[in-house]
Amino acid sequence: MTLSLLEGMGRMVAFLGITLFWALVPPFRVGQVIRRMRFIGVKSTLIILLTGAFTGMALGLQLFYTLRRFGAESMLGPVIALSLLRELGPVLSALMVTGRAGSALAAEIGIMRLTEQIDALEAMALNPYRYLIAPNLIAGIVAFPLLASIFNVVGIYGGYVVGVKMLGLGPGVYWGEMQNLVRMKDILDGLYKSLSFGVIVTWVCSYKGFFTGYGAEGVGKATTEAVVLSSVLILAWDYFLTTLMV
Amino acid sequence: MIEVRNLYKSFNGQEVLRGVSLRIERGEILALIGMSGFGKSVLLKHIIGLMRPDRGQVLIDEQDIFALRGKSLEGMRRRFGFLFQGGALFDSLTVFENIAFPLREKTGLGEAEIKEKVLFGLDQVGMTEAAGKYPGELSGGMKKRVALARALVMDPEIMLFDEPTTGLDPITTSLIHRLIHCSYERLKFTGIIVSHEIPKIFEIVHRVALLNQGRIVEVGTPAQIQTSAHPVVSQFISGAIEGPIECH
Repeated sequence: MTLSLLEGMGRMVAFLGITLFWALVPPFRVGQVIRRMRFIGVKSTLIILLTGAFTGMALGLQLFYTLRRFGAESMLGPVIALSLLRELGPVLSALMVTGRAGSALAAEIGIMRLTEQIDALEAMALNPYRYLIAPNLIAGIVAFPLLASIFNVVGIYGGYVVGVKMLGLGPGVYWGEMQNLVRMKDILDGLYKSLSFGVIVTWVCSYKGFFTGYGAEGVGKATTEAVVLSSVLILAWDYFLTTLMV
Repeated sequence: MIEVRNLYKSFNGQEVLRGVSLRIERGEILALIGMSGFGKSVLLKHIIGLMRPDRGQVLIDEQDIFALRGKSLEGMRRRFGFLFQGGALFDSLTVFENIAFPLREKTGLGEAEIKEKVLFGLDQVGMTEAAGKYPGELSGGMKKRVALARALVMDPEIMLFDEPTTGLDPITTSLIHRLIHCSYERLKFTGIIVSHEIPKIFEIVHRVALLNQGRIVEVGTPAQIQTSAHPVVSQFISGAIEGPIECH
């Protein structure tokens, strides 16, 4: 049991290593990377807009009344911004993209494996890591920070709508305190987190699809495992990074 | 030209290939027949190096394919064409793009030359009108014809056909056989066809090998195989339920 677990982990790490190698070796497949960015990034925009807006609005509502107990409503803007930029934006957007694009990625690669499309690539003397997996990894690295940024911006505006427009906080207070207290490091730390989540999700989901079991059941199992493992790793890795960044 | 030497392969402790040895001469087409699940497709995938054996060798012009890595393996695989059982067409690409794919990726040809080659290939298999369609819009027989055009577009020296007619009606089966024969006349490739189409397949091959229980039982010309006294061969050719072959 322990041995097979270690073997599985070793295979996963080797898979990432091979993919990173082929991602760095020219010629780069720009067209394929753009197509994958569309698949992972552009098609996830709507769900990121929706979840970002509602997360920001819920935060605005909760934090306004909590901060009012301490007479600190003026801190609403920076607290919402810091919560989103450093933690909620990267984590929630990554979890949402895992559900939308990560599951589809695992299923797509799994079906390609079952229908021998990956074998066909190899039979044509084309390396599947270079042609299929590496573009996903690069697309994830680019798309995840962009999606988290969209999530953050929309979330901060969601908090503004609730705090300023609905609950009567002054707009100058909301934006002014935010400008005073949010540092560039807060923004960058969040983006670094997103970037690493992009690697985790595309790596785990591609791996699970690449080594899928047989039949529809195998693909279903691979997809579920991809989403569960990605989500757990996102949260665990987030904690680890946070301890380094605080 | 292709020599399989004492090939062994097992999956989860179950031996599928148990010392397969086989030789296919240059320009020869060999039909590989045998019961389903007895390792014919596995053997084909070893010949092109898609699977690695537990032990044994596959020599292509005296070069062991399992000893090749990187560019030399790529170079070797470029000599092959492979028609997969289900076609293995890329879902996200149109028929035209599927056939153009290996040309775009592995040759320095310009778009005009690629278009010419793709349209020639499509014309050969009678699928010109389907150029803009996606694989999901095609029937089983049409997929096989497109896959055949894709496998042949690089003018391979060695062609491997994994059940090219399984699940097709008799007329489409004859059509695929004729296409294979015509492409052989044009390219003179060395070929292996895994098939259950007995006796139809005998019309287009030079020799036949029967794989049973992970071993090659007999190799001979179609006439020799059809009149073989070997109990396994005669049972398989006649399709009798009773005999030395265990039915699962």
